[in-house]
Amino acid sequence: MTAAAVPTARFHHDASRQARVIRRLRRNPLAVISFSVLVLALFVAVLAPWLAPYSPEQTDFANTFSPPGTSGHLLGTDDLGRDVLSRIILGSRASLEVGMLAVATALLIGVPLGLASGYVQSFDAVISRFTDLLLSFPFLILAVGLAAIRGASLGNAAVAIGIAQIPGIIRVVRSDTLRLKSLDFVAAAVVDGAGDLWVLTRHILPNATSVVLVQATVAIPSAILGEAVLSFLGLGIQPPAPSLGTMLATAQQFAARAPWAAILPGVTIMVLVLAFNVFGDSLRDALDPKESRE
Amino acid sequence: MRRYLLNRAWQSLVTLFLATVVVFLGVRALPGDPALALAGEDRTPEVLAAIRQQYGLDQSLPVQFWHFVSNALHGDLGTSIRTGTSVASMLRTALPVTIELSVLAILLATFLGVGAGVVAAVSRGRPAEWFANAIALIGLSVPNFWLGLIAILYLSVATGLFPASGFVPLLEDPIANLHHIILPAVILGTGLSAVIMRQTRSSMLDSLSTDYVRTAKAKGLPPRVVIGRHALRNSLIVVITIVGLQLGGLISGAVVTEQIFGLPGFGKMTIDAVFQRDYPVIQAVVLVTATSYIVINFLVDLLYSLIDPRIRVGGESA
Repeated sequence: MTAAAVPTARFHHDASRQARVIRRLRRNPLAVISFSVLVLALFVAVLAPWLAPYSPEQTDFANTFSPPGTSGHLLGTDDLGRDVLSRIILGSRASLEVGMLAVATALLIGVPLGLASGYVQSFDAVISRFTDLLLSFPFLILAVGLAAIRGASLGNAAVAIGIAQIPGIIRVVRSDTLRLKSLDFVAAAVVDGAGDLWVLTRHILPNATSVVLVQATVAIPSAILGEAVLSFLGLGIQPPAPSLGTMLATAQQFAARAPWAAILPGVTIMVLVLAFNVFGDSLRDALDPKESRE
Repeated sequence: MRRYLLNRAWQSLVTLFLATVVVFLGVRALPGDPALALAGEDRTPEVLAAIRQQYGLDQSLPVQFWHFVSNALHGDLGTSIRTGTSVASMLRTALPVTIELSVLAILLATFLGVGAGVVAAVSRGRPAEWFANAIALIGLSVPNFWLGLIAILYLSVATGLFPASGFVPLLEDPIANLHHIILPAVILGTGLSAVIMRQTRSSMLDSLSTDYVRTAKAKGLPPRVVIGRHALRNSLIVVITIVGLQLGGLISGAVVTEQIFGLPGFGKMTIDAVFQRDYPVIQAVVLVTATSYIVINFLVDLLYSLIDPRIRVGGESA
């Protein structure tokens, strides 16, 4: 065993490190703003059925294409007279649902495979081929295949997006496992007689959490974009259920007459995704040991 | 070098083989009798029998797989059950559109992304950096199909600057072709240019703080030479890798972009096939995408190893 880097405080999942990361995040205005947006979005998503002024599927043929500001319809109505605000609220909820479901799927499969790939030499080649295989099916093509076999639905869209994100998770977990494996505290645990599973779950996984966390914050917004694309194409959430993607698909046909119905759902997606991306960037900066020289 | 190449080529072949197996089994995983699915609505016993014979569905799986692979290698990717034309000939008309769209998008994205990345890195701490970063983050977060929709609404429908849909082949009328394809290419390139910008910026910042750049500056070389010849050249390797890594996203993006702008490319062919349950076309589309993805990635790796010798060494020791 070569004497690699001496284990320092940052390799332990201790409270002082967490406090430092949180302190650094709180000092960054962009992090605070994006985090507030995310909390608000989560709040809206959870309370969506109570917050939405109308049922998102309730049509009103006397009031089609009402512009924003019409009394009773803050953001106007669409081609069937449905309330745009209510559909955006429930659509955002669906977006977050798919985003989290997809990333949870990816983590569930990707984290164990990444750990195994980085820690056990003999698994590495097999798992690498598996990663290559997954990478050779771009997510949309995967979704197309899945929709052809199992039909188009929210669940299948989430699975397709999740599968497409597995390689990214495997890659970061693998490289972090390789790095942690060579450190003294892991070697000490091995010398101490700890089994592979114990080392992986007690020493490596806790220290790899921050990498996984950053990767997840990056993966959720791309899953949200993925859901929007699939629903827009008709391969995701099926109408009349509200989804930001399907709203855009219908709005496209009437875009010249009711531009708000085409603009607002897109802006919503952008704000959601931007908040995740900005927060992910801030989190990465806050966790970066290179920045710890304060 | 040779060992690295052989190793890399072997890996690609294994992946390609596995991808073919997945596609082959995927069609067999269709619920019910694949012959029924392949027949579509035309389900007379004669048609079913003909399909079973044509696809060899009455034979064992390994034999079927062998026929599938050898047909594909001979350029026979099956026949569309909707139009009756061969999938290979459909691809011959659709692929050039998608390739032109993607190449143009990559060129635009590289040009914009590298430019903005250099500006951001050089003007560290000044408004220009802040502005470039903000634009890149927004570019990364905006759904590009929505951007396309808005572009059609305001640049095509409202002002008539660009055609809202349609396509003219490059060889027929290059000017009209460019007029039709430039807006979709810009839209497809937005996300990619944001990624390239962010990577260029961070790797430029790395190279700007290296000793050789400091030496170049100390020698009194003008900033343009230091930035262009010393720092940027070493950062460009990153761009090639990024384009390689983003290829899957680009293919997905091309499908949506074609759908919005009504370009008769590979993406439109794919989506049409899904909605018409045209299984032979879907099977071919998935196979062709996976194959091209694997081949292009192999080429990107090759290019990468030619530019950066350290990669070869790393590959050989692995």
